Amino acid sequence: MAQLKKVLAGSFAVMMAATMMAGCGSSDSSSSTADANNAGNGDSAAPAASNENELKDLAGADSTKVVNIYCWNDEFKSRFEKYYWPKRDTALWDGVKYHFEIIDNKDNAYQIKLDEALKTQANDAMKIDIFLVEADYALKYVATDATADVKGVIGLTDDDLKEQYKYTKDVMTDAKGVLKGVSWQATPGLFLYNAEYAKDVLGFDEPEKVQAELSDWTKFEAVAEKMKAKDIFMVSGFDDTYRCFSNNVSAPWVKDDKITIDPQIKAWVDQTKKWTDNGWNNKTSLWDDNWKAGQKIDGKVFGYFFSTWGIPFTLLPNTLATSKEDGGKEEVGNGGYGKWRACAGPQAYFWGGTWISGCATLDNKDIVKDIMLKMTCDTDIMADITKGEQDYTNNKAAIKKLIDGGYKNDFLGGQNHLALLTEAADKIDLTNKLSAYDQGCNEKFQGAMKDYFMGNGSYDDAVAKFKDEVTKLYSNLSM
Amino acid sequence: MKKKSISYAKWGYIFLIPFFVVYCIFALVPLVQTFYYSFIEYYVDTGTVSIFNPDGNIVDNGFCGFANFKEAVTGKGHFFSCLGNTVILWLIGFIPQIFFSLLLAVWFTDIRLKLKAQGFFKTVIYLPNIVMASALGLLFYSLFINNGPLDSVLGGLTDKPSLMDTIWGARGIAGFINFMMWYGNTTILLMAAIMGIDTSLYESAQIDGATPTQTFWKITIPLIKPILAFVLITSMIGGLQMFDVPTFIAGDAGYPQGKMQTLVMVIQTGKDSSVGLVGAISVMIFIITAILGFLTLKVMNDDGSGKKKKKKPAKG
Repeated sequence: MAQLKKVLAGSFAVMMAATMMAGCGSSDSSSSTADANNAGNGDSAAPAASNENELKDLAGADSTKVVNIYCWNDEFKSRFEKYYWPKRDTALWDGVKYHFEIIDNKDNAYQIKLDEALKTQANDAMKIDIFLVEADYALKYVATDATADVKGVIGLTDDDLKEQYKYTKDVMTDAKGVLKGVSWQATPGLFLYNAEYAKDVLGFDEPEKVQAELSDWTKFEAVAEKMKAKDIFMVSGFDDTYRCFSNNVSAPWVKDDKITIDPQIKAWVDQTKKWTDNGWNNKTSLWDDNWKAGQKIDGKVFGYFFSTWGIPFTLLPNTLATSKEDGGKEEVGNGGYGKWRACAGPQAYFWGGTWISGCATLDNKDIVKDIMLKMTCDTDIMADITKGEQDYTNNKAAIKKLIDGGYKNDFLGGQNHLALLTEAADKIDLTNKLSAYDQGCNEKFQGAMKDYFMGNGSYDDAVAKFKDEVTKLYSNLSM
Repeated sequence: MKKKSISYAKWGYIFLIPFFVVYCIFALVPLVQTFYYSFIEYYVDTGTVSIFNPDGNIVDNGFCGFANFKEAVTGKGHFFSCLGNTVILWLIGFIPQIFFSLLLAVWFTDIRLKLKAQGFFKTVIYLPNIVMASALGLLFYSLFINNGPLDSVLGGLTDKPSLMDTIWGARGIAGFINFMMWYGNTTILLMAAIMGIDTSLYESAQIDGATPTQTFWKITIPLIKPILAFVLITSMIGGLQMFDVPTFIAGDAGYPQGKMQTLVMVIQTGKDSSVGLVGAISVMIFIITAILGFLTLKVMNDDGSGKKKKKKPAKG
């Protein structure tokens, strides 16, 4: 009997633990899909077996023999291992390992950990060589002594950088005109829509015709009304249209330590409130499970505003019926693959963007230079990344070569969306739009406005809440 | 006094040294620092960072009296509103927790009931405590999210807001998770207390014709009062520090309407920038906790059983 009890108790414990784990696993499916995605992509990077680069193996190692890279997800890591590693300068890398320190971006966690590490760099034996920054806080690192001069110190030349979009260089140029980082991507935004719903509701799914129906917000809302009649949500949630407005502001969130809510941001609030009340969105928040569920081909959501990285990193893995980790293939017939299309949408905008910065105290300068050259300037590698990862790379020559070569995107049913992106990328201008505090302001503002959208209190209540939260997060700011 | 016997007492102190060293470095020093910062106008501009001047973004304007406390209570700290939220969340978890724990403890220890497979049940009720709070929080978040699996069952397909979009729904979910995590732990504590009661008391009560209800209220409850007090107050102290479960349900701004925002959430949001403000809130939590701690000791000593339990951290 006692034996039976033990067996029962034990097996129940295992069962319970297993269900709990399964529960968490599925709730976090995007990240695991993304992992699987990258694991799949990284197969050509076999020589760089990740266990060679465990932190514990690096303890006490000579810092010049380790390239330390700080980032917040495995987007760069997978690109690095797939496109850079096979073409690296082996002489430079002789005996040198690399180590990725990946810290989640949410709630400023990445910035906080990175700052802690940077503050001790002057004395640390193990030096950071590269860290990545995002558009929402790029300016913070541009204006500091933590980033190395790309041209003067690391040694890239204007000629190396000539094919990059000017705006990607302008963002990373400090007040003295020093370039502090380079990017492999330009991030123009598009509207990606479900072609089946377009055909069903509008009667056609060709991008040019659909674009004509969506070319401004008034037309966009008219389509939303038609979608609603068929129980389809025009967009998934509150934050989907946010970047269309927040990246067209007339002034940044913060100027001289003072926070201002730009008229464009207020326009987003008014529009989203109207859409929520009219039932044109599904009341989801960015990245949550329900938001992802809408990206299935029968997910009852017409479209999503996405920048270039949104396709490979979010929409593609989320729309597959059988995910890659379950053995599904990226091919037509697997869920929504091939059933999405892209159009410019009602408003030109950009969203995100990642820059590679060298740390001011880096000790593997030549390797960092090699990484920057190959990962952001090399036309062939840039073209490969666009072909392989559907990313819009920051190299006009590479993109032009692809378009001239008759580029077709299978995920978008053979559409050439690069032409659209090129058009949008040329329009991006970030002058006077960014501040060092954007991540916290954006996250706190979207969070506070949810109460207003859901009908729990007025706009002024929500603004008051935003003010309290954001000034706790950034104590030096006032509003 | 002449010493003839060997004293082993000093070994007790020697073995305690590591604890006190670790305590001083990792608990006492930060505690004193927290008190210090709570009276200093001190904040960090996290919008800039520097390698060669690491402290360049720190603003330290020196002693500022009770300004931080004022800001915490009347300003953006919202101390009493968050304290209220915390206490409500704790109560929602604690009331069912103590009810079910008492019931189960009495059943498991009943000499006449002799429940079978007790080991099995004890293991099962303790299990949720082993799972990480954040894992449970995340699980419930995805179950109850608007149009999520359970929300659809509860009528989420209508226009009604989902449970997590309503104040009491969100509080209820967080309270339920806390209840689920901690009732097993409490049951085991209470069982230990009940098993410490002399069974002859129950036998004689039965011979005298007492009903189970009477033995419960007249024998069990009075004799386990010190442990009950211990459970109550340790749980209160743990409850004051509630953070992970409500954060996963409601985010660190305490959606909806900030009614889910606990004190530790405020600390977590401000800890990297608003150092003085967060210090003041921490000090106030410390004072409340200290008062509760003294109450525990007093209740236990008043009982006259002479048994002192060392306070240990407990949650829920």
